[in-house]
Amino acid sequence: MFVRIWPLFVKELLANWRDKANRYVLLFAPIIQLLIFSFAATQEVKNVPLAVLDEDRTVLTRELISRFEGSPQFSQVIRLNGVTEIASVIDARIAPAVLHIGSDFSRRLSAGQPAQIQLLLDGRRSNAAQIIHGYASEIVDRLNGELVQLGRLKGPPSVVVARTWFNPNSDTLWSTVPGLFAVLITVVGMMVSGLSVARERELGSFQQLLVSPLTSTEILIGKALSALAIAMTQGIIVMLIAMYGLGIPMEGSMMLLVAAMIVFLMSVIGIGLFISSLSDTQQQAIIGVFMFLAPAILLSGYATPVANMPDWLQTVTLANPIRHFVVISKGVFLKDLPIDVIASHLWPLALIAGVTLSAAAWLFRHKIA
Amino acid sequence: MSASAAVSGDRRRRVAALIRKETSQIVRDPSSLIIAVILPLTLLFLFGYGVSFDARRIEIGLVIEDPTPETGSFTSSLTSSSLFSTRTARDRRSFENDLVAGHIDGIVVLAAGFSAQAERGDRAPIQVIVDGSDPNKATLVRNYLQGIWANWLEQEAVTRGEHLSVPISVEQRVWFNPEVSSHHYLVPGSIAIILMLIGSLLTALVVAREWERGTMEALLATPVGIGELMAGKLIPYFILGMLTMALATGTALFLFGVPFRGSFAILTLMSAVFLTTALGQGLLISTVTRNQLVAAQATLISAFLPSFFLSGFVFEIAGMPLPLQIVSYAVPARYFVAVLQTLFLAGDVWSVIWPNLAGMSLIAAVYLGLTALTTKTRLD
Amino acid sequence: MSETLVRLEGVSKRFGSAPLAVAEVTTTIVGGGITALAGPDGAGKTTLLRLMLGLLKSDAGKLTVCDLDPISHAHRLREVVAYMPQRFGLYEDLTVFENLRLYADLRGVAEQQRAETFERLLTLTGLAAFQSRLAGALSGGMKQKLGLACALVRAPRLLLLDEPSVGVDPISRRDLWRLIRVLAGEGIGIVWSTAYLDEAERCERVLLMNDGKLMYEGVPSELTKRMAGRTFHVRNAGEQRRAVLAVAAKRTGVIDAVIQGSNVRIVMAEGAATPSPEEFSKDSGVDIVAVSPRFEDAFINLLGSKSPAVSRLARASDNFRTTEPVIVAKDLTRRYGSFTAADRISFSIGKGEIFGLLGPNGAGKSTTFKMLCGLLRPTSGEARVAGLDVVAQTSAARNRLGYMAQKFSLYGDLSARQNLDFFAGVYGLTGAQRHDAVKRVTEAFGLGRYLDTNAGTIPAGYKQRLALACAIMHEPPVLFLDEPTSGVDPLTRREFWAHINALVAGGVTVMVTTHFLDEAEYCDRIALVYRGRVIATGSPDDLKSSVRTQALPDPTLEDAFIALVEADDRTVAA
Repeated sequence: MFVRIWPLFVKELLANWRDKANRYVLLFAPIIQLLIFSFAATQEVKNVPLAVLDEDRTVLTRELISRFEGSPQFSQVIRLNGVTEIASVIDARIAPAVLHIGSDFSRRLSAGQPAQIQLLLDGRRSNAAQIIHGYASEIVDRLNGELVQLGRLKGPPSVVVARTWFNPNSDTLWSTVPGLFAVLITVVGMMVSGLSVARERELGSFQQLLVSPLTSTEILIGKALSALAIAMTQGIIVMLIAMYGLGIPMEGSMMLLVAAMIVFLMSVIGIGLFISSLSDTQQQAIIGVFMFLAPAILLSGYATPVANMPDWLQTVTLANPIRHFVVISKGVFLKDLPIDVIASHLWPLALIAGVTLSAAAWLFRHKIA
Repeated sequence: MSASAAVSGDRRRRVAALIRKETSQIVRDPSSLIIAVILPLTLLFLFGYGVSFDARRIEIGLVIEDPTPETGSFTSSLTSSSLFSTRTARDRRSFENDLVAGHIDGIVVLAAGFSAQAERGDRAPIQVIVDGSDPNKATLVRNYLQGIWANWLEQEAVTRGEHLSVPISVEQRVWFNPEVSSHHYLVPGSIAIILMLIGSLLTALVVAREWERGTMEALLATPVGIGELMAGKLIPYFILGMLTMALATGTALFLFGVPFRGSFAILTLMSAVFLTTALGQGLLISTVTRNQLVAAQATLISAFLPSFFLSGFVFEIAGMPLPLQIVSYAVPARYFVAVLQTLFLAGDVWSVIWPNLAGMSLIAAVYLGLTALTTKTRLD
Repeated sequence: MSETLVRLEGVSKRFGSAPLAVAEVTTTIVGGGITALAGPDGAGKTTLLRLMLGLLKSDAGKLTVCDLDPISHAHRLREVVAYMPQRFGLYEDLTVFENLRLYADLRGVAEQQRAETFERLLTLTGLAAFQSRLAGALSGGMKQKLGLACALVRAPRLLLLDEPSVGVDPISRRDLWRLIRVLAGEGIGIVWSTAYLDEAERCERVLLMNDGKLMYEGVPSELTKRMAGRTFHVRNAGEQRRAVLAVAAKRTGVIDAVIQGSNVRIVMAEGAATPSPEEFSKDSGVDIVAVSPRFEDAFINLLGSKSPAVSRLARASDNFRTTEPVIVAKDLTRRYGSFTAADRISFSIGKGEIFGLLGPNGAGKSTTFKMLCGLLRPTSGEARVAGLDVVAQTSAARNRLGYMAQKFSLYGDLSARQNLDFFAGVYGLTGAQRHDAVKRVTEAFGLGRYLDTNAGTIPAGYKQRLALACAIMHEPPVLFLDEPTSGVDPLTRREFWAHINALVAGGVTVMVTTHFLDEAEYCDRIALVYRGRVIATGSPDDLKSSVRTQALPDPTLEDAFIALVEADDRTVAA
């Protein structure tokens, strides 16, 4: 049996390699996508303008404002002259936040009373708004600490000391790249396997295969293994670029990640071959691949956390292979995820692979007959 | 009847005939309806339910090394919050493993001697450890905990009959979206992405189909002009796209409960311009590729991905490197996302509408112009 | 009398860096008759038509159509010239009537003329009863007629037809021919592009093209006449006809030899002596009779090839010995829901036989073919190949059959060598065995120079050889050919059949489906499939003589085909 699968395996690799356009897509698309999307997929809020309405105009408010000005998160400070200007600045999206300091600010502080400043935020981007609020609170907290030390005021009895594990500088790249890695190898695996049968059907060579002594299982294995080889090569290149080009740490075992990748890719390729054997044309296959990829990527926890979804949808995501691999990938890259946790995400992948590959094999046989 | 009137009458009749043909095809070919109805609804559900920045439940491991009345009151203010789901332990080690495994989102540690230190006014540390593998969530968790802490301080102060001892506090007011629901801006934003995909995919596929099936050659052999061909494609898919838009808007308002504070007339106008850019892009793709498979791939790469990543719908344009920020100006969805978020949440803000309308119109003009230039009534 | 509609002066067209698709063509086309634009695939026929219509711009030369420049006056030109592209240009999801109305609108047919025009066209094409049927649901022949009607909604001065008869069965082809005759009688100038030389022969004028060049222009019979006295039948060759063919192919002075039933038709070079029967066979029954020349003879002569193809395919060791039938269909039935595509089809094919499966489109011949080579599971009945049950012993049965599809279906991105290696490997040949097999077919088919070229880019004739090479590398005792030579030029076709004959001489059994009745002449026996049943079996000569009447003393295989199908229609109706 292996005697017949090997030529098929070689043929698949050659077919992918010798098609010029396909070769370039396979070689460069994931790398370019890695570079573009890892920088584009940022939820980091920085370089945003901040509008300030200072009705107090004292040394203390100037100090406060200069702290905002000096913060790397804010690109510039727009000074407003009256309450009426607040609405227009926010409405027109000139600045996502307006800091409003009332006229009694310094007076209250000098009297030893707590003072409040108001931060007006544009809720059209509520996530950014909350992050800006976080930045502002940090700046104000630092000033509070200094004020207390200067003895101007009595401080709070306790303070929050926050530490960020696994990513001490809260570098977004560290979180997006391992997620993107999962998404990119999914796309490669899906494209190679999803189009393979449909392409041969359309070109007519599939019939030539079907009248050969190859059984449908052998064809399936040959196609799955070649897709696996291509996607694994891609995956390892992307992984190395992530580590050495983008400086993402590899806290866990690289070999473990590679091993998990094989199981994951088999589940993806199973789905790809299933779609491919359902489709008569490449056109249908690509629509099928898109109809799988779009939901699978959105519901993978790559863009936003799975925990934020409704409970029923979280249950649905258990059948999504990307969701499991995003956890493994982030975990191995950043956290040295323990093996038992990895195992708890690997068996669903193995199950998906088993089900989809057998379904594809079944479909292979039945579409032929 | 003058000669020129006869010519324009012929032209009108030809365009009408092409539109009628296209309409019958749309009605009979399930794939157009799948793209125009099923695909947008599926995507809208996915974006509506699947994409959210709003933490529904934050799992916290609370470590109290030395229980005292103070730590007790802090614990109760943490557990009383519906957002947090708190487990308590004396030792931090078990929680550390949970944080690694991703079972909890953060650890709060009140170390031994916390109360004593606080008693002395010695800025007793409340240690918060968050999971940086998702920095966005880590920031939110930290902010929420900070909020809980501030509330707790205030309560403590009140029970002791004292003033709150934080010198400066920041009071947050979120305009347009007081519930601070990310759905309220993600759902309108996703409409832009969906409309872009649908509009460009529809036209890209149908024109490429005419080339593939050889009907384009037959059409070109008749006296039909370029403008007529383009109009014959654009008008029916424009109407279909606007229906898709209405469907998506209805779903956003009634199913996802997103408010709408602008006027529908302006929404219609802006959608019309945006849809024209999408259809124009699709038309351009198909004229260049003439092949449905390549057209579908080109649409996903040049219309869907940039709209998703570079429109400011989920990701922050201001946080991107400068070259990407510059590229984002060529992405029509960037303008429409801004307009939709404003129309749904803020209202008819002209200072937002005008510049974005100008941006979209410019892109639409470029696409249609390029299409007119590349479409020939010839095959070579 | 007839006006000149098209003038070409040194017109050339090149695509990219390929050789000229149309090379300095100078000619005129006049109205009031049918002008055939004949030549094999890739000769430049379609390009020339598109140039005339202004769909392509010529690189050099002068071209006017109806006194208009096709590029600068494209709009006016398209009002007076009608065109039917290769795939008819129909919208499959519109009805017959909607298609007609669309083209009437696009061509500006006045409202008051429509009812009359539509009625005339629908009656003429016999589509009146199908007005509300979707074009996609029409048969190939009906589509073609509708395509023609759409092109004719506004009476043109010139009608250009691009291979209207490709993929259409003989009956529809005959109908179309009648229809075009009617139009020509109305004074419309017609250009009919075709790869079938027998069609070209029936036109008033012919433009014969090859490799972009105009080889001949004028009345077909003029060219045919040049062959007078040079064409013969080697009669009663019967069982030996393939041996006779092989001898004829090698004999100097013979420029063409093909099998026609039990006869071998030979064409002699100019000035060559009339051959004697003894040169071909020792059998005393064999006789040589002069026959009238055909247009195809003239074409072969024009191409100037020295001698017809001789297969270098070494006689494979006949390792499959049997006296049993090699291919057996027993009550083969395939149903799709309530529709029966193949209904209790039975026949058996002996070793070393060439068996042809013929029939109109959708009659069930490809269903039968697919069931026999294991591509389709029969609903009931039995299919045996080389003694093995195709369904139960799939893999083993497939090891014993070679298959060549109608469309080029190898891997275009792989080199010829990689294709050969792949198929050798799939059929279980490894190491030295594989090496030898590849070497053997490379030499036999002369593939050497293209071994490292992508299969998709090698010349059509070599693609054909490569496909056959891949199919027979494992020396199968049975060969399945699905319309193997549709669209290839006559020379390639002859070469292909020379190889097949060599294989058959070595004991290989061949099953072939075809639309091309000249090809069917090579078969030992033919089964005519219609409405899912075999309505006639027999040798080509048997079928011909079964329809011989006084009115039709010397029927062709095409006549037999049509007559048998029509007879079956009458029985069903009765």
